[in-house]
This record gives sequence, C-alpha cells and structure tokens, in this order.
Amino acid sequence: MSAPSHIERPAITAHPLLTGAAAIAGALALAAGSEATGIVASYTFLHLSLALVMGIAVLGLNVVTGYAGQISLGHGAFFAIGAYAMAMAVGHAAAPIWIALPLAAIVCFCAGFAFARPILRLEGPYLALATFALAIAVPQALKYRHLEPLTGGATGLHFVKPDAPFGLPLSPDRWLFVLVVVVAVVAFGLVRNVVQSGFGRSMMAIRENETAARALGIDTARVKGLAFALSAAVTGVAGALHALLFEFVSPDSYRFDLSLAIFVGGVVGGIATLPGALVGGAFVHLVHRYADAVARALSDTFDLPLTLQPAMIYGVVLICLVYLAPSGIYGAAREMVRRWWMSRPNAGRKPAAPNAP
Amino acid sequence: MTSRSFRLQALAVLAAVLSCPVWARAEKSYDPGASDTEIRIGNTSPYSGPASAYGNIGRTIEAVFRMANDAGGVNGRRLTFLTYDDAYAPPRALEMTRRLVEEDNVLVVFQTLGTAPNSAIHRYLNTKQVPQLFVASGATKWGQPKAFPWTIGLQPSYATEAAVYARHILANVPEPRIGILMQNDDYGRDYLAGFMAGLGEANQRLVVLRATYETTDPTVDSQIIALKGSGANVFFNITTPKFAAQAIRKAAEIGWRPAHYLNGVSASFATVFKPAGLDASQGIILALYRKDVTDPQWHDAPDVQAWRAFMARYMPGADPADDGHNYGYMAAHVLLEVLRKSGDDLTRANIMRQAASLKQFAAPLLLPGVTLTTGRDDFFPIESVRLGRVKGQSFELFGDVISVENR
Amino acid sequence: MEQLVQQLAAGLSNGAIYALMALALVMIFVSTSHINFAQGEMAMFSTYLAWAGMQSGLSFWPALAVTVAASFLIGISVERLVVRPLRDAPHLSIVVVFIALLAIFHAFAGAIWGFALKAVPSPFADWTVVSNPYLGPHQLGMLAVTGMMLAAILAFFRCTRLGLAMRAAAENPTSARLSGIPVDTLLALGWGMAAGIGAVAGCLVAPVLYLEPGMMSGVLLYGFAAALVGGISNPAGAVAGGFIVGIVENLVAFLGARFEAATGIYVFGTGEKLTLALVIIVAMLVVKPGGLFSGHRRERA
Repeated sequence: MSAPSHIERPAITAHPLLTGAAAIAGALALAAGSEATGIVASYTFLHLSLALVMGIAVLGLNVVTGYAGQISLGHGAFFAIGAYAMAMAVGHAAAPIWIALPLAAIVCFCAGFAFARPILRLEGPYLALATFALAIAVPQALKYRHLEPLTGGATGLHFVKPDAPFGLPLSPDRWLFVLVVVVAVVAFGLVRNVVQSGFGRSMMAIRENETAARALGIDTARVKGLAFALSAAVTGVAGALHALLFEFVSPDSYRFDLSLAIFVGGVVGGIATLPGALVGGAFVHLVHRYADAVARALSDTFDLPLTLQPAMIYGVVLICLVYLAPSGIYGAAREMVRRWWMSRPNAGRKPAAPNAP
Repeated sequence: MTSRSFRLQALAVLAAVLSCPVWARAEKSYDPGASDTEIRIGNTSPYSGPASAYGNIGRTIEAVFRMANDAGGVNGRRLTFLTYDDAYAPPRALEMTRRLVEEDNVLVVFQTLGTAPNSAIHRYLNTKQVPQLFVASGATKWGQPKAFPWTIGLQPSYATEAAVYARHILANVPEPRIGILMQNDDYGRDYLAGFMAGLGEANQRLVVLRATYETTDPTVDSQIIALKGSGANVFFNITTPKFAAQAIRKAAEIGWRPAHYLNGVSASFATVFKPAGLDASQGIILALYRKDVTDPQWHDAPDVQAWRAFMARYMPGADPADDGHNYGYMAAHVLLEVLRKSGDDLTRANIMRQAASLKQFAAPLLLPGVTLTTGRDDFFPIESVRLGRVKGQSFELFGDVISVENR
Repeated sequence: MEQLVQQLAAGLSNGAIYALMALALVMIFVSTSHINFAQGEMAMFSTYLAWAGMQSGLSFWPALAVTVAASFLIGISVERLVVRPLRDAPHLSIVVVFIALLAIFHAFAGAIWGFALKAVPSPFADWTVVSNPYLGPHQLGMLAVTGMMLAAILAFFRCTRLGLAMRAAAENPTSARLSGIPVDTLLALGWGMAAGIGAVAGCLVAPVLYLEPGMMSGVLLYGFAAALVGGISNPAGAVAGGFIVGIVENLVAFLGARFEAATGIYVFGTGEKLTLALVIIVAMLVVKPGGLFSGHRRERA
C-alpha cells in the first residue's frame, strides 16, 4: 500500500516540552477558571475529553499504520482491552488511577505484541482482514462464560471513578479533562520522540520498502512487532480513559465499528502526522452528532421522498473529505497555509521549495 | 376537535385534582424543561448502527406528539420532543443523554431504547434526579424504586414473562426436557434468569441444552440442530424476529416438533410467522400484552382504527408491518397520560409521582384486560399478559389474564 | 452421529452462503486490487431491488436477471462517480471510501424499504426429486449455483482475453496501460461484475436469512474469513474457504456441546464459534500467509 512518501517534520516548532507544559497549564487554568465562574459548562469538558481520547486512540493507530505502514482495522480491540483493564483494576481491585492507567498500557502492549508477531507476517489485504477479525472477536470473547466474574459478561461492569486528587475542587468532568490532557501530552510526546528516533526511522524505512529495509539490516519483524505493541498500548490508554469518563464498560460499547471509526479518524485527520491525529479524533467524535442534526434539519426543511438517516450524511461527508483532502484535513490545511505563505507579495525573497505537482 | 380536546383537558385536570389534591392546589411550579407554554422531552434512539430497525419507535413517538400538539398540546403546553441518535452504543447514549439534560434542559428522558444504553444512563439520571421514564426494555432492573427512584419501566419484564412460560410448561407438558435458544446479551440473560427462577430450584435440571447465538451469526441452523439432538421436547425460544423466523423454519425443516414457547419480543405475524411459514408456526405459544395490528381479529377494534388513521395522517409511507409503530404509539400515549395527570405541577418529582400512581390505565393497543398500574413500590407498569397460540393467521388467546401484580 | 451429519450439512449450506459472498469479494479484488467493505451492503441493496421486482409481479429468475443487470450498472456507476476520481489517492483513503459506501447503502435500504423482515421466496422450492433429511431443496440449489458461478468465473479469468486483460489491469495498471489494455474500462467492468455476483449471492441467501438491511453484515464477516482461508485472489480457494469456515464453525459448536454433555464442563459452545473460527483462520494464515491454497506467491495490495 502506498503511504505518504515524505518524512514528516513536526509542525510545532516551539520546544516540545514547553508546548506540553503550556497545554497542561492551559487545561488546568481553563478547568479551574470555569469551575469558579461557570463560563464553560461541565458537560463541555466531557466533549473536549472525548475528542482528545479519540485523538489518542488515533495517535496509537498512527504509529503502526501511519509510520510503520502496516494497516490495522482492529484497533478497537485494544481500546476495549484498555477499557476493561481500567474497569477491572478500579472496579475489582480499587486501584488508584496512577496504577490503573500504566497497567492498561502494559496489558495492551503485551496483547499487541503477542498478536503482532505472527500476524505481521501477513501483508496488504490479509493483514487488513486479520486485524478486522480481531476487532470482531474481542467483544465476543469478553462475553465468554467463564470470564463473567471478571468482565461482567454481556452486562459489562460499572465502577465509580475516583474523585479529583489532592482535594482539587474540580467537578469530575473538569478534573478528568485535565487528566486526559496530561495523558495526551505524555502520549504525543512519547510518540514524537519514538518517531524521531532511530527506531522511528526503521519504521518508516519498512513503510517505504520492507525488502530494502531488511537489506539495510533492520530486523523488520522486531520493529514491526514493537511498533504494533506501542501502538496498541497508546490506543489502550485511550480506551482506559474512555472507560473512566463513562464509569462503565460493556461489549456493546466496543463493537467493530469503533475500529473502523479509529481508522477513519487516522485517514481523515492526516495519516502519519501528529496534529492529524488530534484532528481525526475530534472528527470521529463530532461527526455523528452533526450527521444526526444535519439529517434532521434537511428532512425538516425540504419535502424529501424519504427520511434522511445520519449514516447517509456520514458517508457522503467521508467521501467528500477523501476527495477534497486526500492527505487528510491536517494535510490539506497545512498545504493551504503553505500556499498562502508562498503567495505573499514578498514571498520571493527566500528560495522557495519547488511546488509539488 | 377543540371542544373535544377541551373536554379531555378538563377531565384530565379534574382527574389530577381528585387523585392528588395536595399538589394540584399548589401554584404552577416548574422544573427545567417545563413552562407555561412548553414541555421538553428527551430521548435517544438507534437511528444508525446495528439496532436501527428500532429507530422507528422514536419516529413514531415524535409523530404522536405532533398529533397531540395539533390538538392543542397537553394542558395547553406544546410538547417538544428532542431525540438523538445513540447508534445503540452505550457511551454515546450517555453522552447524548447528558446533552439532553445539561444543554437542552429537558424535563424528562423518555423511552430510551435497549437494555445496554439504558444501563449506561441509569445511574447518571438517578444522580441528577431526572426521570428516566418508561424505558424501552424489559429488563428487571428498571423496577427498583428504592435504589433507583427516578427510573421506571413499561412493558412486562422479560423475567415476568419467562416465569409465565415456565409455570405453563410445568403444568402442561408431561416430563418436559427443555431446550433454550437465546441471544447472547443482556436481553437473553434476563429472560433466562426469569425462566430459571420460574422453574424453581428443583426443576432446573429439566433444561437439557442452552444454545446461544450472536447477532452477527447469519443463521441459527446449527443451534436448532443441536437443540433437536439434545432430545428436548420443549423449546423456549428467546430470539428477535429475524432469528425467531429462522428458528421456526429450521425446526420444521428438520422435523423437530417440540412444545414451542416464543418470547413476546417476536410476537408478530408480519415479521415472524409469515416469513417463517404459517404452517410451521401453528401452535407456538406466546405471552402477549399488545394487539398485533396485522391480526385480523383486531381489525375493527377502535384503538386499532385510531392507530390506522394516525399512521395515514402522520406517518404516511411508513411500513405498517413494522411493530415499532405500534409499540411507539402505545408508549407515547402513556407519557401523554402522565403529563396530563401532572397538571400544572411540572416538577420532576411530581412527574415521577404521577408515573408511579397509574390506576388501570388502558393505553391504546393493549390487549383487553391488560392495563397499567403502578404504585410507590411498584415500578412495573404492565404486569399482566395473556397466553396466546398461533392459530391460522391469528393469535388464539386462551386462559385468563395472567397478572403478577402486587408481588 | 445423526446430529453430526446434520451439523455438517448445515455447515455446508452456510458455507455456500459464505462462498457466494467470498466470490464477490474475490471478483472485486482480482479486477481492482481492492477489498470492498461495502460489497455485502451492495448485495443487500440489490436483493431489495429483486424483492421489489418480485412484489411487482415478476417471478424469481426474471427478477434476478433484471437485478443483476441493474447491479452491474450500480457497480459501474460507483466506480465512475466515487472510486475513479480517487484513483491517485492513497490506498488507505480508498478503504475509508468503502466504509462510507457501506454506511450509505445500508442507510438508503433502510430508508427506502424499512427495517421490517421480508421473506424472499426460494426458486428451488419444488426441487423435491433429491429430497433428503439433511439438505433442503434451496440448500441444494445454492450449492449448484455456487458451483456454476465458480466455473463461470474461473473460465472467464483463465480462458477469455477479457478476463486475462482484467487481471493484468489490476495487477499492474501502468504496464497494462502501456500495452494497450483499456484499464479504465476494465476497472469499471470489474466493479460491475462484482456487483452482479453480489446480487446473485444476495438473492440466493435471502430466502435463508430473510431480507432486512442488516442481512449481509454478518455474512460479510464470514465472507472475509472465507477469502482469508482460501486466498483473496483465488476464486476456487475462496469457495473452498467458505465451505471450510461453515463446517469448522459448526464442528466447533458440536464438539463443544458434546464435551459439555459428556463432562458437564462448559468449554466452548455456539457463543464462541465465530471467535474460534477466526482464531483457527488466523493461526492457519500464520503458517500459510497467502491463504490455504497459495503456492509460495504472496499477494500485495
């Protein structure tokens, strides 16, 4: 399969540590400020958190599909495993979050590695279908009769999320938002460093040409396996946060359409870009809400022969996006900014990079 | 029309005055979502995703409220029905319900569909003290007034229904050996639990095989063969319409003729017995609480005629064979009744009180003798069913109304 | 023993369902190098067209013929309107388009025809000559049609110049174009043919599964599994894969039930049959990454 052939340079030029710290400080300020004044409703923070959580999930997929070039249509499975790990740790063992979150990451890392070693021998369509099989099998396996005491079977597990730490006077939505931002900063920082490391270059070498990568002495099986495991861990952490936001897990919450949504987010946001993951996460979080509203508004406004359904809007939007922004929303936006930059009256002073055809 | 609706309103107010004199004397009082002119009602339904077949319930309710508004609303107030797509995904149901409560300020949440989505919003609505009214699921957990005073169910609980079958089997089938086919989810498990409880501890060994299916299974042929092979002479069939039709046909094809008990979820000629073949369906026993509008015996019943007029006017082009239209129509009328009874005291607390003080309310499309009764300790509105047998193109009702009221 | 034979027969007839779906998937893969996630929903949509035809008085076979023609046109239109403009888009983007098509066809079927179950009559209802307790007339008919379709597809790809050109166009569009093969036309033709095969598959499984918008979503999963087992570019392998998946999943359920009956311990049953079938398939793939019937050649999208 062909992935973007250019090597991505990070878009944020400021020092990454500063950017991360600023994001966390901003989130904390926003949460505390709105807690005091009520400017931003508590419910809005749930939305922001969910968009970010999907962004982290898409980031995870990006590692293996975007940077290492291995398609996965089954990342919802790791999202589910991470969510269940969180629910079981908090619900059954009353573990604090700072233990439960890394635990979810470790569990998903191991699950990803175990699955990846054999499966990544497959290529192209076989890999796509085998990962898709994973997305179907995991929700069913969670209902397995003998696992019921642990997983709650088809009913799932309810648990109570812990209150804000250090006695912070924040509503649950607000302090969880801060937590999600912190985790997102860590996850994006981690992936950024990995991608820029030698390991990251090995991943991208495999994406461009696996045979050549092998010829260069790269242990492709190991690199792909670790990339998949890291990817699963990041997506699993997103699942764990998701469970925390809803205090509830069940097999119905992680059907295979979740895997497709994560994949769609990756492509629509901009594959193999870090900001694209954020954009894609926000997209998959918001698109359904607005598809429903648009379908309803159109049906109410025009006298249509049939009732519009949200899925029609969703489908049409996806096709239009792929058509208008083949390299993703972020890619298209960056291209527009670049064109605008080049077309300034005094753009000719610096030697400009040749325009891509 | 207006004078009639005025009379209705007057009656409703009178009824409210009589049934709850203390609150009715109070001045108009409102919680968020209610005003002199409007009542806001929230709902999430699966308009997309695997359960989109049930999206028609939400659309029908919307149409019934439109009809009510055309007739002047409820006690002079217009009904605003806000319904969002939850795709039958529990997290999205919670997200959308929070939107309804926190952004849209609905007075009540009504008829959210499905056990899984309702489970996800159960605790939230009770913490927020927002009524979760007439849940569209037959799980037993919607009737716990002590632990969850803001949640109330509607239809006979799956457990109640299953217990009726269990008792009927024990009383009528000599030496029963029971085979069960169930959907592998909450709904299947609720039926199973009720059935086992109905059999009683001593008789649970009568269940010789319990086969499950997933909604992704293309057919249940393999399960039916296994059930036949188990030597069962009683078949308790806990399936949704598609799988019910497949099961009935396959059992006939391989010559398995057990005493067949089918859950009420699939009580439909249009979508179950006709597709499965009427010959193969004869004699199947079901517990019923609503009229099948396609059943010829109800063709001239006034409520079925009113329903038909409603469909023609407010849902032209909709498929009348789809049972969701029938169910949604019935459910919407229950909420209208509760809102009417609430009069000018449109607080969430009063609405729960009214919902919990229904006295033999005969909602349209219910079977003769089946009514809604609730009380402070009874959050199961419909608790009576009638056993019916498929005969020809019709359900032949037999026996009395079986009531499990006042347990 | 009786029950085992019954289960195997049921596995065989389910296998025919999966095989028919897998054939459509193979057709689109061989002719365009894509896996079309919307193939099942397109087949379901076609089946509604056939059903509508039968409602307006046509009998099964004429309705099927009309539907296959209509589906052929739908397939070509999808290629022309949606896929061709994206010819140069990255492969991952095309997968997103297929996901979008899946959503669109599903939603339109529901909006046009409703979600209530519809019965489609079997065209083989009076095939009572070979009556036996294991395979009904419709099941036998499905097996026969599966065999005939497989033979036709094999003959098409092996023996006709069009078929050979189509494979060349899919495997290497650039060099095919250089050697004068009208690649664009062939890609559209491949879409049309896959849609036509899907229509046959849908109309034949509908009498068994009943028609509703979700009819093919489960079948698609199994069709994928069948294609995985047999090789996504190998029509004969895909058909064999369909039968293998059908039989394996029923055997799993049968053995699980037997084990429970013998020991009283539940290990696996009908709830796990898909999961176990998938585990077996993936395990098998690890040994033979190109499908059970592949030589040493590996396929690449």
